Amino acid sequence: MDTANHRRRKLINNLMQALTCICALCVVAPLFLVFYHVLKSGLSSVNWAFFTQLPKPVGEPGGGVANAIVGTFELLALASVIGVPIGVLGGIFLSEYGSLGWNWWIRFGADVLNGVPSIIWGMVVYALVVLPTKRFSAFAGGIVLGMMMIPLIMRTTEEVLRLVPVGYREAALALGIAQWRAILQIVVRTALKGIVTGVLLALARVAGETAPLLFTAFGNRFWNHHLADPIAALPLQIFSYAISPYEDWNKQAWAGALVLLMFVAIINVSVRLLTRDRFSAKS
Amino acid sequence: MTNEPNRLRPPNPAVANAAAATEQRPTVPVSASAAISTRELSVFFGNDQVLKKVSLEVPAKAVTAIIGPSGCGKSTFLRALNRMHDLVPNARVEGKIQLFGQDIFAPQIEPVQIRRRIGMVFQKSNPFPTMSIAENVTVGLRLNGLRNRASLTERMEQALVMSALWDEVKDRLDAPAVSLSGGQQQRLCIARALAVQPEVLLMDEPASALDPLATARIEDLILELKKDYTIIIVTHNMQQAARISNDTAFLYLGELVEFGPTSKLFTRPLKKRTEDYVTGRFG
Amino acid sequence: MDAVAEKLTLAQKREFSTGAVGDRLFKWLALVMSLTVFVLIALIGYELAHGSSLALRKFGWQFLTSSDWDPVNEQFGAFPFIFGTLVSSIIALVIAVPLSIATAVFLTEIAPPRFRQILTTFIELLAAVPSVILGLWGIFIMVPWLREHLFPWLRKSLGFLPLFKGPIYGVSMLAGGIMIAIMVVPIMTSVSREILRSVPGLQREAAYALGATRWEVIRIAVLSYARKGLFGAIILSLGRALGETMAVTMVIGNRPQIAASLFAPGYTLASVVANEFTEATTDTHLSALFELGLVLLGVTVLVNALAQILLKTFAGPQTKPQN
Repeated sequence: MDTANHRRRKLINNLMQALTCICALCVVAPLFLVFYHVLKSGLSSVNWAFFTQLPKPVGEPGGGVANAIVGTFELLALASVIGVPIGVLGGIFLSEYGSLGWNWWIRFGADVLNGVPSIIWGMVVYALVVLPTKRFSAFAGGIVLGMMMIPLIMRTTEEVLRLVPVGYREAALALGIAQWRAILQIVVRTALKGIVTGVLLALARVAGETAPLLFTAFGNRFWNHHLADPIAALPLQIFSYAISPYEDWNKQAWAGALVLLMFVAIINVSVRLLTRDRFSAKS
Repeated sequence: MTNEPNRLRPPNPAVANAAAATEQRPTVPVSASAAISTRELSVFFGNDQVLKKVSLEVPAKAVTAIIGPSGCGKSTFLRALNRMHDLVPNARVEGKIQLFGQDIFAPQIEPVQIRRRIGMVFQKSNPFPTMSIAENVTVGLRLNGLRNRASLTERMEQALVMSALWDEVKDRLDAPAVSLSGGQQQRLCIARALAVQPEVLLMDEPASALDPLATARIEDLILELKKDYTIIIVTHNMQQAARISNDTAFLYLGELVEFGPTSKLFTRPLKKRTEDYVTGRFG
Repeated sequence: MDAVAEKLTLAQKREFSTGAVGDRLFKWLALVMSLTVFVLIALIGYELAHGSSLALRKFGWQFLTSSDWDPVNEQFGAFPFIFGTLVSSIIALVIAVPLSIATAVFLTEIAPPRFRQILTTFIELLAAVPSVILGLWGIFIMVPWLREHLFPWLRKSLGFLPLFKGPIYGVSMLAGGIMIAIMVVPIMTSVSREILRSVPGLQREAAYALGATRWEVIRIAVLSYARKGLFGAIILSLGRALGETMAVTMVIGNRPQIAASLFAPGYTLASVVANEFTEATTDTHLSALFELGLVLLGVTVLVNALAQILLKTFAGPQTKPQN
């Protein structure tokens, strides 16, 4: 038994394992750093006014981002109107109807769309909606976010539906139920939790998007009264406050970041908790 | 995975003939200390006890077969011998295992050392696909620090000759290992195990995935190898056990029912359950 | 047929016919919805091509090689932005790839099962942090720290290399690369994990049975087996890196220049579009920005397609995960 060789191998073994552990810690470190700083700097600037008031003009301290928070929700609602039906129905098609060759192309297309940089989406909807209507609008913002949601929701819906055992469909059809009813009332209902979590995750994803809104929703320092007008959104507000030279605005950027981060984190964590039984098998 | 479909009442003539043939061969003198001895070996997976207090002594430089119906614990027993269960999180091993008198679970012993001295060949051949034939054979040697190109080549040739593969691959040693046929790949895995010159060779149903011709070659190989190696082979093929082994252990539901010279076990078994199994009444 | 039976068969026929009609309608509807994928792709391609047609005609191929970005004089050259996008992405990969693969190895082969779930959740949470928040943190926390601590140290120890010469502003190509790395690591880690988990357990067992240590098993049986898939993961991450906009814009300095030093500010295709789009007053300017978008889209789509091909042809047999 060559013990010198063995000692060296043991040393390398322990070293490399420790190294991978260090790398794993480095990888999660930014998460903690970001959370810590957002909490630290954000909490001090968050107050009731922050949630209820409109932004104040430059130089005047105080004010809030009420319009941005409401604006984000409005945009998400608009986006859902577009993204959810198209995405879910498309996912149903992929899972229940499609043929092998067809599906491959659609999935490939969805993957291509998922890889399109978000700013490109913004440019496309600018050309599509903003230019013809000659205005930035909540519509445009909702459309671009909705379009971004479509491929996301389509893929997650398809995946979730595929998990429903074939036996359910067969049993329903054997009872003489029409296929479309069987799909909607049995298969989709079984997979509903998964579909909803897919939608929630997609919402959380687009809620944080800034780039596509830069030239569609554009932002608004006041309340939005018509969907055809520009509208404020939380990420947009954070961005303009962050790059501004005014310290008061910078502080508000942190506060806005706190609100947005909490929103996104809560959705993600609750989704993971809800689907824990499905995911616990894979660790 | 069924046993030979022999449902005859008296001892199976085919099996008995093979066993008788083995009996006529001059018996190899067994060394005083057994190669591997287990005492009250039990293996638990969680709360499931798969092996129940198995005690037996495997003679050196001979072939010992482990037979029994599916799920009786044959593979579990084999894997306990080279501490493969250490890799399974919820596995627990109790009892004593000695390799040439040395307790393999002694605190100062590491599994790596044991596995260096005990080689293993698996049911499904598993050569490393990113390595060539030559690299596969020498990988164990290189891990142990042998760098000298000449020695590596020499040992590699020896191993390939011993596993009856040399003639077939000597002109394409740099070809990828996966370019070989199933039977050749299995012999390559045997060469890989032999290259590090283990003291004991464990074989877990090595021929079950092979066609009869390849199986016969493996069996001839084993008969050759037993001149220099202690071999423990798990098999569900009783005729195979009768053909090549000196001693046979019969496991049933995790317990050692009977252990003795192969010819005796197949022609005049001591226990009724053994007789039932070898005559094909169940299994 | 008696009255009841007649009523039943009529009801069945009705159900059958509405069922059949319903089936056809529903299937058609779902099909159309799934086809929106192609509609969207066509739309994106068309709008970008249309929007950049002016600039395409005016500048031709020179657009890609010229470094002259001058909105006032209506001269537009994309080279500094192409340079910036490529360099920042490469920096990001250099940092992210080793970290991610090591983390994936840790998660699949080494970490005790309890830690795996927690760590995985953290990594997925990091992926969910919006770009603008990372950018905010970047401006006020990361960049000052880089400017005061890391960069001076780099200049002191590696300053003989042209990469680390020159004045330090904090906002820089290197800061942009680091930021992209932070954003790309989660996806790279998660894809790598899937790839490593698909390596058959039998391969690991073969290595263990030879008496290999755990690290040797990882090296011989897992990493080399997974080579091709891991390469696909790298390309996928490159595709992701190329398109990052907000966080990069906030830390890269936004100056269209080509410099050897990593401390110098840079500018990416996505950043310049984000900054100048709403300020573009002339048609040419806007069209040039569209053309930048076209270039970015083309490169991103190609890289992503390549990644998908690599990942799908890496035949990871769907065996039971090892741990």
